[in-house]
Amino acid sequence: MGEQTAPDETGPKQISMVEYLKLGDEPHLVANVCEACGASYFDRRNACAACGAREFSTERLANTGEVRTFTIVHRAARGVPAPYISAVVDLDGGGRVKSNIINIEPNPANVTLGMRVRLATYVTATDDDGNEAVAFGYEPAAA
Amino acid sequence: MSNQDPVWILGTSMTKFGRYADKDLIDLAAEASLGALDDGGVAMGEMDILAAGCLYEANGGVGQRLQKQLGQTGIPVYNVANACATGATAVRTVMMAIKAGEAQMGLAVGVEQMGKMGMLGADRAARSDKQVFERKGRFGSVVGVEGRLGTNMMPGVFAQAGMEYAYENDGVGFEQFAKVAQKNHEHSTLNPLAQYRKAFTLDEVMSSEVIAYPNTLLMCCPTGDGSAAVVLVSDEKLKTLPREQQRRAVKVSASVLTSDPWTEGCQVQPDVNTLTRNAADAAYEVSGVDPADLDLVELHDCFATAELRHYDNLRLCEPGGAGEWIDKGGPWRDGEIPVNVSGGLLSKGHPIGATGVANLFEVATHLRGEAGDRQVPDAKVGLAHVIGLGSSCGVHILERSGL
Ligand SMILES: [Zn+2]
Repeated sequence: MGEQTAPDETGPKQISMVEYLKLGDEPHLVANVCEACGASYFDRRNACAACGAREFSTERLANTGEVRTFTIVHRAARGVPAPYISAVVDLDGGGRVKSNIINIEPNPANVTLGMRVRLATYVTATDDDGNEAVAFGYEPAAA
Repeated sequence: MSNQDPVWILGTSMTKFGRYADKDLIDLAAEASLGALDDGGVAMGEMDILAAGCLYEANGGVGQRLQKQLGQTGIPVYNVANACATGATAVRTVMMAIKAGEAQMGLAVGVEQMGKMGMLGADRAARSDKQVFERKGRFGSVVGVEGRLGTNMMPGVFAQAGMEYAYENDGVGFEQFAKVAQKNHEHSTLNPLAQYRKAFTLDEVMSSEVIAYPNTLLMCCPTGDGSAAVVLVSDEKLKTLPREQQRRAVKVSASVLTSDPWTEGCQVQPDVNTLTRNAADAAYEVSGVDPADLDLVELHDCFATAELRHYDNLRLCEPGGAGEWIDKGGPWRDGEIPVNVSGGLLSKGHPIGATGVANLFEVATHLRGEAGDRQVPDAKVGLAHVIGLGSSCGVHILERSGL
């Protein structure tokens, strides 16, 4: 199951907010990739939705890509700070991921379709034991 | 009968969409059902099957509760739920029973009572954070993903669907999406059954509150209450009915239901396009109707960004040309192919279970020449489309009787 929350003896730890985000020296995403057709999934699959095969391997995805589409959410779910930019990113070398565009003002003038971005992480929440949940987003990168 | 014989709409009705604090779900469904039976000149005792579509009370036995208001005749009842295609699925359930030779006539009703929830799919509570982080669910998440890893709420999902079209094609942007809402609100002023009947300028649409850019408040459909119903009849049975019923009957030339096949990226951003194209192409194939033959289209404009994409998905415009098509007025009621002359979901309203039946009511009413102020002149062929996220898509092609 990947990283667990820290036992009390060792003190608070950082934990990735979803299992497909791997922390460490160079945080990155991993996907379950169908060994037959190459379709990739962030969650576990019983069989491949694209081809029906049942064998998967875990592969690392690129940290860079380009913005395929975005929206700027102003009326957000309760408890979610707004406005924020939600986007779908085409990753270099394959794979498509949805997350926020971060480290930029949420203004339509600042986001362009096809814009180059790279993965960045930040602490998004802390639990009662002081453990920190780390989220990922994408920030503008030089072309 | 042969299963190649067409099935016909014999009667149809809908309630005005809106908010009914003084009526319950079953009152609304009964009003539409009795209206459809009366319109078809038939009685509940002649129905061989009943299908009831309702999303929010999917496990509530809506069909059986409705029978207690209409007549408990012991016929088979199917309660169906299928996202925003729930109503279309109820219609298809009756149609398949007729095609299978198990029924000659049947009633399909769609109903929803949503009350004042604001616009569709907004303001759901985020998952509350746990006291101590613990991985949950298929993504092993320790906190809610909504708003942290993008948005999965409908206004944003459909905004992204629209912006993806802008990414792939020239001449598409905020203004083209806003024109869709301007058109549908303008159309609604002629429809007495619409929830909202107010026209807005393009500037008013673009400067109303941003919900999920580029969708502003006036580009998002409201929630509401309402019901719509159709009585379907076999070709064989119709031919035994009086001349006037045959004349007013509307031919169902195609009825198609699809789900989304796997496409790249559909795991992170629902694909509302491929299944719509598949359904439309199959419907054109089965009916022999060409998109250019269509006199009107009622399509699923849950958000203005969605409608623009569906011009292309339903082959109403040149591939990639949806922006140009709205710029030149193609989908306006006096344009090349009038789209959503009812006001669409944006103004007519979107009581989810009712929607996929109400668009059949709308098209059928035009084909009969009975649409009053909003009548599309001499309408002979029309298409009705619904899509629900998940995804499920229904496309029907209807034709004037000719009998
Ligand atoms: Zn596969």
